[in-house]
Amino acid sequence: MPMSDAISEETFNHLVDLAALELNQAESRYLLTEMNKQIKAIHELQQIPLDEKIPPARHGVPFPSLICPPLREDQVDTYPQVEALLGEVPVAEERYIIVPDIPHMELE
Amino acid sequence: MALCDRSAYELAGLVHRREVTATEILDSALERINLVDGRPGRIDTSDVTPEDKQKIHAFITITSDLARTQAEAVDRKIATGEDPGELAGVPVSIKDIFCVGGTPSTAGSKILANFTSPYTATPVARLEDAGALILGKVNLDEFTYGSSNESSAFQPTPRNPWNTGHVPGGSSGGSAASVSSGESTLSLGTDTAGSIRQPAAFCGVVGLKPTYGRVSRYGLIAFASSLDCPGPVARTARDAAMMLKTIAGPDRHDSTAANVPVEDYLRSLEKEVKGRRIGLSPDYFRITFPDPTSGAFQQQLVPVEMDQAVRHVADVLTRLGAEIIEDVPMPNTRYGIPAYFVISRVEAASNLHRFDGVKYGYRTPERTDDLRRMYRRTRAEAFGLQPKLRILMGMYVSAAQYSEQYYMRALKVRSLIRQDFETIFDPEGKYRLDALLTPTTPTTAFQMEAVYGDSVLMQYADQLTVPANHAGVPGISFPAGFDAKGLPIGIQLLGFDFSEGVLLNLVHAFETETRLEPWRQDLPKVIRELV
Repeated sequence: MPMSDAISEETFNHLVDLAALELNQAESRYLLTEMNKQIKAIHELQQIPLDEKIPPARHGVPFPSLICPPLREDQVDTYPQVEALLGEVPVAEERYIIVPDIPHMELE
Repeated sequence: MALCDRSAYELAGLVHRREVTATEILDSALERINLVDGRPGRIDTSDVTPEDKQKIHAFITITSDLARTQAEAVDRKIATGEDPGELAGVPVSIKDIFCVGGTPSTAGSKILANFTSPYTATPVARLEDAGALILGKVNLDEFTYGSSNESSAFQPTPRNPWNTGHVPGGSSGGSAASVSSGESTLSLGTDTAGSIRQPAAFCGVVGLKPTYGRVSRYGLIAFASSLDCPGPVARTARDAAMMLKTIAGPDRHDSTAANVPVEDYLRSLEKEVKGRRIGLSPDYFRITFPDPTSGAFQQQLVPVEMDQAVRHVADVLTRLGAEIIEDVPMPNTRYGIPAYFVISRVEAASNLHRFDGVKYGYRTPERTDDLRRMYRRTRAEAFGLQPKLRILMGMYVSAAQYSEQYYMRALKVRSLIRQDFETIFDPEGKYRLDALLTPTTPTTAFQMEAVYGDSVLMQYADQLTVPANHAGVPGISFPAGFDAKGLPIGIQLLGFDFSEGVLLNLVHAFETETRLEPWRQDLPKVIRELV
């Protein structure tokens, strides 16, 4: 299957929404231009003949059981500095994290 | 020579022999920072002044109180006959992508500018346990996204100590600049596509990207979790060996930290070079990159000075008994950057979704009764352009309808890149190499603002370093001379999984054999001007 063409403005705006971002005009222009330049560079991958047997590598170095650390015991381990963690919360009240209302919507 | 210009090996020896105190070493490092660093990076800053342009600006946060407490502890241990650790009294800077308990840990981003880490990253904790003095947190590209250090939200950004009109490289630009200028003796950096080796090359220091899994990533703010490698920036192979020995090894907090015994890298330095098989590949002497205007791919040879520097290293190693194997094929090298554009963006987007203004970091001051609007405003106001670019790109290439053609294809190309290395390092194969010798970068340090903004051209600065990240293998960059403009040339050695001892051995042998060569006497401009 051929790789897709340039990213349209419509697709770009949809991505911005999904990514929970807001952009001004200058940012949008720059980011869409750069994304399309990167897509062009990525298209170089298309010329590589890929045998179906080639496995996708999610990792460079293989991790056989010999060098893979054993799993930890499944035990509850209380974090020792809970107050320090809560101290980093931008808005909190009596150890509760405060956020604006969570909007509810009907799924189509 | 000021104490801060001495090696970690020398400093630790002086402390152990009670010839100097850790406090004296710390004072020397802080004085150097005071003389050359200029004002630290800040979020809300005025324009860069002509005076700023003469300084290094490596640091975002200087933790002098923490370092002094550590120095006094080392001195107390020496006084009472306790072992203060292998790195006793050695000043270290930490790339501000690592959490250090009780200190701001910003990732060079506005979104974490107010974040104080409640815990300490494993490699930093191991440095502290070994008696190192944590001088502070050094600047970087925002979330490590860049190759020049110019994308940091903390301005002024670091400059190259050899010529402050040039970039220090990135993303560990503050690490390399601080070590090169004598501010810190060692620095802890990270390498995802070359972010230790490229700035090390640009600043004339040694930078080691260990094997993936050799050093724990616990406490490292993630960019691309399958590629990120913490590692040392130092002035010599010996110092890098000391630091790697300290920070490497399994960690119960990181399930990808390999259960492989840590070698005594200092002993590895003294091994014979005779009989080592060193490869040269034509695929690392030409670069492929898209024309900034037309986007058409073009290919050119690396600059003659780079070529000559590699040949010089090869000649020296030959003199020491190594065998040079020419024409080693690495056919998938050129695909490293396009595959990286996909894999790293997908992983970055995933990692950046956690920054939402809820649990820590920045939250928009705008009052709203809509959670989603709070997310959007927070992320819009506090992420710079480069994180935004990676989020959008990562989401696009991993979207259900494109994932097969982009993401899965890139992962398969990654297998091919890995196979290139497996072939040349196979002990039963045709090449049976111990290491591959290459230039580290396609150019020496470029001028400030010359490339920044062009995200594609900037990424191609990592063309010769990124294959090692895809394959997970170790690589080291070390200085091997200067170009006509007086900027350092970095040369790279790549090895097979967990062969850091071999790489350090080869670099140490090269350093020892060339110690009297005239170029070795040159000092960075910011240090020359102090005399």
